[in-house]
Amino acid sequence: MKKLSTQILVVGAGPAGLSSAITACELGAKVLVCDENPEPGGQLIKQTHKFFGAEQHYCGIRGITIRKILYEKAKEKGAEILLNTSCVGLYEEKVALLVQDEESFEVKFDCVIVSTGARENMLLFDGNDLPGIYGAGALQTLMNVYGVLPGKKMLMIGSGNIGLIVSYQAVQAGIEVVGIVEALPHIGGYLVHAQKVRRLGIPIYTCHTIKEAIGKEHVEGAIIWRLENWKPIEGTEKEIECDIICLAAGLSPSIELLEQAGCKIVYVPELGGRVPWHDEFMETSQKGIFVAGDASGIEEAVTAILEGRIAGAAAVNRINPTVKAVKIIKETQKDIEEFRKGPFGEKPRKGKQKLFSYYP
Amino acid sequence: MRIWEHPILEFKRGKKVKIYFEGKEIEAYEGESVAAALIASGIKVLRYSPKMKRPRGLFCAIGKCSSCLMEIDGKPNQMACMIRVKEGMQIRRQKGKGNVKLNEKT
Repeated sequence: MKKLSTQILVVGAGPAGLSSAITACELGAKVLVCDENPEPGGQLIKQTHKFFGAEQHYCGIRGITIRKILYEKAKEKGAEILLNTSCVGLYEEKVALLVQDEESFEVKFDCVIVSTGARENMLLFDGNDLPGIYGAGALQTLMNVYGVLPGKKMLMIGSGNIGLIVSYQAVQAGIEVVGIVEALPHIGGYLVHAQKVRRLGIPIYTCHTIKEAIGKEHVEGAIIWRLENWKPIEGTEKEIECDIICLAAGLSPSIELLEQAGCKIVYVPELGGRVPWHDEFMETSQKGIFVAGDASGIEEAVTAILEGRIAGAAAVNRINPTVKAVKIIKETQKDIEEFRKGPFGEKPRKGKQKLFSYYP
Repeated sequence: MRIWEHPILEFKRGKKVKIYFEGKEIEAYEGESVAAALIASGIKVLRYSPKMKRPRGLFCAIGKCSSCLMEIDGKPNQMACMIRVKEGMQIRRQKGKGNVKLNEKT
């Protein structure tokens, strides 16, 4: 079996992974990044919307452009990036098992940064397994990466930022959005995004949820009903004709690799459910195993980039402590704190506080 | 259906290739996933579930949910969302758990 060795192994070349690779390279470490996809950038690859926040946080730039910037920078700084390569195991001897084109090989590392992202949540309703029901990310992949339309009329479930943004992108791609369903009494996402979809005349059904998907072989419609105190009210059913039902009901961290490696997992609902315990330096309960981005708790791309920077610097600092690395960590921690001060940073801020309070 | 005009994006599609779904020829472009090519041709049902024989389609598109497992070039349980199309590829709907063909060498 082929054997490679590196100082820092990064699993996942999304915003967190690429950012950690850039930082670790800047601090002089040898870095190897692997990603199971043929293209680097994680979910940035389909994000056509412009980012918010401060100027140094890629404000006003589209996700698809940020992806290019990060990838180019990581390569320029000297990170080796293996695509189409899955990491299938992390072992005690600080060895990872990687698989590329059905061929497996070992990588010996000093520290590993796991930035494996997240997955879409499912919702419980009748017929939720019918073809034509997509996670919001899947619809984005089809529309924005491949330029493929899976249908003509879409019903969106969830009015958080993802639900709103993907609805808008669906209209841009030529899909008729017949409604957005939201269980809360108010719209979940940013007002700017909500205004964009309202201007297009898309109805938003607050205090509503999906009851069932109609169709035999694939989606032909949906039945929604009204909620009162989170309980559906009989007789309020409304049938909506559509051939796509898109679910934007949140994400859960992808933590299999960390679980397998024996990292302590804790339950923090504010961070998307079961998350790997980690400290302010993004290190898990297993020394030398770091986590960054959505895998460490659901948040967003900007904080993923910042967490990646902390993890990258902290991992190098564990191998070879320097003042420079500590300075990067401290500055970036301040940056994140600043970023989470906004109203939508409250949930992850509380979640992370809760997480830090648990002792491994 | 494919998008040819988009206000923000420009789709640079790869070389045209021919793939086969249930023996029928389908047009695809190099670089796209099997699932994307099938959905572009209006094929939504990618497999039937083992117990209830329910139709299943693409759900997560990032290799996490196993909703799109298909039989590709004779091999069952292949993720149609992760595997890229190749000239001459033979794709079939998977029924149940799929059959693994054991050849003499193995």
